[in-house]
Amino acid sequence: MTAAGGTAGPGIAAARTTSAGNGTTGLTIETQGLTKRFGHQLAVDNVDLAVPHGAVFGFLGPNGSGKTTTIRMLLGLAAASAGTVSVLGLPMPQRLHEVLPRVGALVEGPAFYPFLSGTSNLHRLDAASRHAAPATRTARVAAALERVGLSRAAGKRVHAYSLGMKQRLGIANALLSPRELLVLDEPTNGLDPQGTREVRSLVRSLAADGATVFVSSHLLAEVEQICTHAAIMSAGRLVAQGPLAELRQAGETRIRLLTPDAGAASEVLLRLGMSPGRGTPEPDGDVLTAVAAASRLEAPEDIVAELVAARVRVRGFAVERESLEERFVALTGEGFDIAQ
Amino acid sequence: MPNSASGAPSSLSLLGSELKTLFRRRRTAAMLVALAAIPVLIAAAVRLSSSVPAGRGPAFLDRISQNGLFVAVTAMLVSVPLFLPLTIGVVAGDTIAGEASLGTLRYLLVAPAGRVRLLLVKYAGALAFCIAAPVTVALAGAAIGASLFPVGPVTLLSGDVVQPPEAALRLVLIAAYLAVSLAGLAAIGLFLSTLTVVPVGAMAATVVLSVVSQVLDQLPQLEWLHPWLFTHYWFGFADVLRQPVLWDSFASNAMLQAGYIAVFGALAYGRFVTKDVLS
Repeated sequence: MTAAGGTAGPGIAAARTTSAGNGTTGLTIETQGLTKRFGHQLAVDNVDLAVPHGAVFGFLGPNGSGKTTTIRMLLGLAAASAGTVSVLGLPMPQRLHEVLPRVGALVEGPAFYPFLSGTSNLHRLDAASRHAAPATRTARVAAALERVGLSRAAGKRVHAYSLGMKQRLGIANALLSPRELLVLDEPTNGLDPQGTREVRSLVRSLAADGATVFVSSHLLAEVEQICTHAAIMSAGRLVAQGPLAELRQAGETRIRLLTPDAGAASEVLLRLGMSPGRGTPEPDGDVLTAVAAASRLEAPEDIVAELVAARVRVRGFAVERESLEERFVALTGEGFDIAQ
Repeated sequence: MPNSASGAPSSLSLLGSELKTLFRRRRTAAMLVALAAIPVLIAAAVRLSSSVPAGRGPAFLDRISQNGLFVAVTAMLVSVPLFLPLTIGVVAGDTIAGEASLGTLRYLLVAPAGRVRLLLVKYAGALAFCIAAPVTVALAGAAIGASLFPVGPVTLLSGDVVQPPEAALRLVLIAAYLAVSLAGLAAIGLFLSTLTVVPVGAMAATVVLSVVSQVLDQLPQLEWLHPWLFTHYWFGFADVLRQPVLWDSFASNAMLQAGYIAVFGALAYGRFVTKDVLS
């Protein structure tokens, strides 16, 4: 299943998922042509998501790139302007009542009744579900609070909670019942480093239990640490998706050459089929960079041999893989923390 | 955890949770206390003044010093035009918009509460308040009246005299009449509440509509419109103070309110079921 829909830049062909076959088999979330229009603004534009079963799926993108709107459509909170959504193999929002009891969600930050305690809030939200057994409610609420480390603050009014505590309570709400899919929108927002680490290990343990976890984030490092798969949104479009390893490999390998003989070196590189570009000069000489794959030679060290044979003084030579972060920035056209 | 039990008990559990959330709220308690203060103020004013000249002030005011139960009647009469609609406006206007502004609406829907089920439970909660509000006025009125004034047989508007237990029943009937009267307004508030994420807007609009409706009801030029105004029978409760009880206005009122509930319930349904929840 190809993603990206031709919107990706050169050298980053649409990534492939490891989905076991076509259709809904093996995919926990699948959208086709998902589009959301608000007036003239296209918030989500023709998105084909494919989240494999059992994946920890990172949903990346700058703020305002359409992540939360996509999540709202996945959960049946907002109607799609066009396209289809299937969650846990069932069409949404048509089969919402069968799907949502199996899904735990944290959408656009936690939200609670400030005048109720943490426990009362969870009781209320659990009572909202037709499928949650009232008999086990007290035990399940206590277990969820325990799991996010809020047991001691459970009796306090949420009014007195810090943002991090509310975030934990929001995650506890998502864990009130055993879930097959967890949709966590910015789960570490407002958490201290300790809390961030706990969320990471929580996500890993949920995945180990067999749940599929869909984590949206604008923090690349977070996704790199916990995810098996990722998708990147930019300005409403899905620009790449696939297993994290493949996304990393799809980046270009470049050579970086430090030499005082920039002119001669350029000629050699051009002869080898590369189109060298100038980097920032260093005290030892000029810096040339080029895409390694464009070379007619297999091994990068052969390039060095050619250069030396042409009497180019090579003072530095490196083969550099584009980092995931550089790639994401290249795809989204901006830094990840830039708010719109 | 899937529950094989039918939907009914778990819908009750959502209703129970809604009522608990509504009545545990300090704001709800404050409104009920304010309503209870009306008969207390009336009783205190009558007690402290030497005598009330007959025919001045709200109806029944002059009877209070002879019979404390009239405190409740007077207080209910006084709170009909503004105080009761004000509190109902706050509760009904807050139903959906309040959840939307807190952000809890999305979590209730994702739970999943079901949009129709949530709307029904929300309206049921507003109805519970429509009952609680006049009952609070009646109870507070009867209590303060009984403690400050003598309680004895009550002379009804028809001239018949009934004993205090029968009179208390009539108070309950008036409270019931008012609860029915407010049900239509609650449906209007529910609908307005689905239109916005700003609860204060829905509250204010609901209250304003109740005032506008009462003003229109006073304009003789709009006489053709009067029977269709939801406030038209609001003051008709004096009929339950006759012997035998005249049920005509009670029935007309109930029919009218049922019509408003049907129309605005359908509008609220149409709006809420298709609404994008983006808050």
